[in-house]
Amino acid sequence: MAQNKLDIKAEAKNLNFFYADGTKALKNVSLPVYENKITALIGPSGCGKSTFLRCFNRMHDLYPGNRYDGQILLHPDNTNVLAKGVDPIEVRMRISMVFQKPNPFPKSIYENVAYGLRVRGERSKSAVDDKVEEALKGASLWNEVKNRLQDLAFNLSGGQQQRLCIARALATDPEIMLFDEPTSALDPIATVNIEELMSGLKNKLSILVVTHNMQQAARISDYTAYMYLGEMIEFDATDKIFTNPSKKETEDYITGKFG
Amino acid sequence: MMKENMSNSEESLIKPKTLEEVRAMIKSHKRNDFIFSSIGLLTIIFALLTLLILFVDLVMDGYPKLNYEFFTDFPSRRAAHAGILSAWVGSSLIMLVTFVTAVPMGVATGVYLEEYAPKNWFTDIIEINVTNLAGVPSIIYGLLALGLFVYTFHLGQTIVTAGLTLGLLMLPIVIVSTREAIRSIPVAIREAAYAVGATKWQVMLHHVIQYSFGGILTGIIIGMARALGETAPIITVGALTFIAFLPPAPLTSVPPFISFEWLQSGFTVLPIQMFSWLSRPEHAFHINAAAAGAVIIMLTLLMNGTAIWLRYRIRKNIKW
Ligand SMILES: Nc1ncnc2c1ncn2[C@@H]1O[C@H](COP(=O)(O)OP(=O)(O)OP(=O)(O)O)[C@@H](O)[C@H]1O
Ligand SMILES: [Mg+2]
Repeated sequence: MAQNKLDIKAEAKNLNFFYADGTKALKNVSLPVYENKITALIGPSGCGKSTFLRCFNRMHDLYPGNRYDGQILLHPDNTNVLAKGVDPIEVRMRISMVFQKPNPFPKSIYENVAYGLRVRGERSKSAVDDKVEEALKGASLWNEVKNRLQDLAFNLSGGQQQRLCIARALATDPEIMLFDEPTSALDPIATVNIEELMSGLKNKLSILVVTHNMQQAARISDYTAYMYLGEMIEFDATDKIFTNPSKKETEDYITGKFG
Repeated sequence: MMKENMSNSEESLIKPKTLEEVRAMIKSHKRNDFIFSSIGLLTIIFALLTLLILFVDLVMDGYPKLNYEFFTDFPSRRAAHAGILSAWVGSSLIMLVTFVTAVPMGVATGVYLEEYAPKNWFTDIIEINVTNLAGVPSIIYGLLALGLFVYTFHLGQTIVTAGLTLGLLMLPIVIVSTREAIRSIPVAIREAAYAVGATKWQVMLHHVIQYSFGGILTGIIIGMARALGETAPIITVGALTFIAFLPPAPLTSVPPFISFEWLQSGFTVLPIQMFSWLSRPEHAFHINAAAAGAVIIMLTLLMNGTAIWLRYRIRKNIKW
């Protein structure tokens, strides 16, 4: 395969999004998500980062009245994940998500990681065992929990819980992983852990991450998108955005001159 | 998404307090704490004491009768030989009918209203009705049941009628507690399940029902305990006060080994037995009544205790 050519894993095209109360939270947003890269979404609070992220796995479908308008194409099959005919469940099986606050199920560590497989009807115990181990290793949690897989997930520390949630999202071999401020509830050491983990994960999949922390975006991402008031202001390689942004607004935000 | 808009203009009007003032303020706040918790404690003690005195009084009055025979004897014209066999068997069978009908219906309704029902005027009306039903006096249920089960469906003045009546009474309690238990599950947990690709049904089965189980169970037991002590609706649908026979056994020795004839049997229940003894002039029967009352209270306390224990056990693993 050509090393240099960048494959697009997914791309949002002219995406508008309306909440049930009529709020137009996204305005004509377009963005590519490159394969095996980390794309960071930055922007001030309330600018629509989470809203945008949650379009990718159709999370908004859970609440009646929300409306998408536009496309998110998933390659290589060119499926528009927002199309009416596409089942959100199918989309979520391909695109997994890690939330801001760790949200493990009140079940055992093992069951948390295995849940995605159970949902997919995987019955074979040994297959599930293997996958759970693989996912926990992938989330650098295996060594800490291998002797206590049947313990309750709530007994883990916050950072461990978040890595458990990553393992849960990883166990089903997603093509894209969405992270919504995955470290904002964690201490600096746990944050570094998760960042290293994400950098390692991009060999396997493509990552879209929302972050409030600009150093974090600069450290881990390959591409960065700056959003403001529901619009995509600028998208470029992370180096470019942080050293030489082409838009004044982006520069103001990055240098902290913003509002 | 909680962003406070601080208005700086107001802040400047507030003068900084001296340390003494702060201390005085904290002290007065703490005094309020103390006053409130004392009043709370007093009321609790008062309530508990009343219950305790009532209970102790019943047990002491009924003590001579609280023996094995009391549970195995039928009622009798002679107080010394009278027992509560037909009453506790009647109560148990009726509770069984109540449980089997009200629990599945109540839980299903609660889950439906909370998770599936669209929000429109129709479901609003259902909701208001359900909430109000819980406060309807029980005698009204009795009248409803008399008209519906006895006169319309011709179920007779039987165990099945009584069970269904108490089932109706218990239904709103189960529905409300199911909904409350479901509502206490954080959105984040549901979203986590959906995010890995679970269908709504899987989220219900693997998460919502499991995590709300403790709360639902508590509601069921408390509803059952209330149904157990109900008298008015049971009298309305025609409980007998003097029964010296048992309903046909539910298990038989000939295939199919299970019989539902007992459903059609006449019945009495513990509180009615107690009431009937109480209305006798002889003092000896009052002892029986006290003993029966003690049994009812003990059963109720036992059920409520179980509910608390179960909730504690089940909630122990769930922290949110
Ligand atoms: N459920 C909702 N209904 C209506 N409006 C909403 C809803 N959720 C969010 N919004 C609005 O949509 C806009 C974008 O919100 P969003 O949560 O996507 O912002 P964000 O960039 O993720 O902010 P933050 O960095 O604080 O998480 C905001 O104006 C918000 O008020
Ligand atoms: Mg957000």
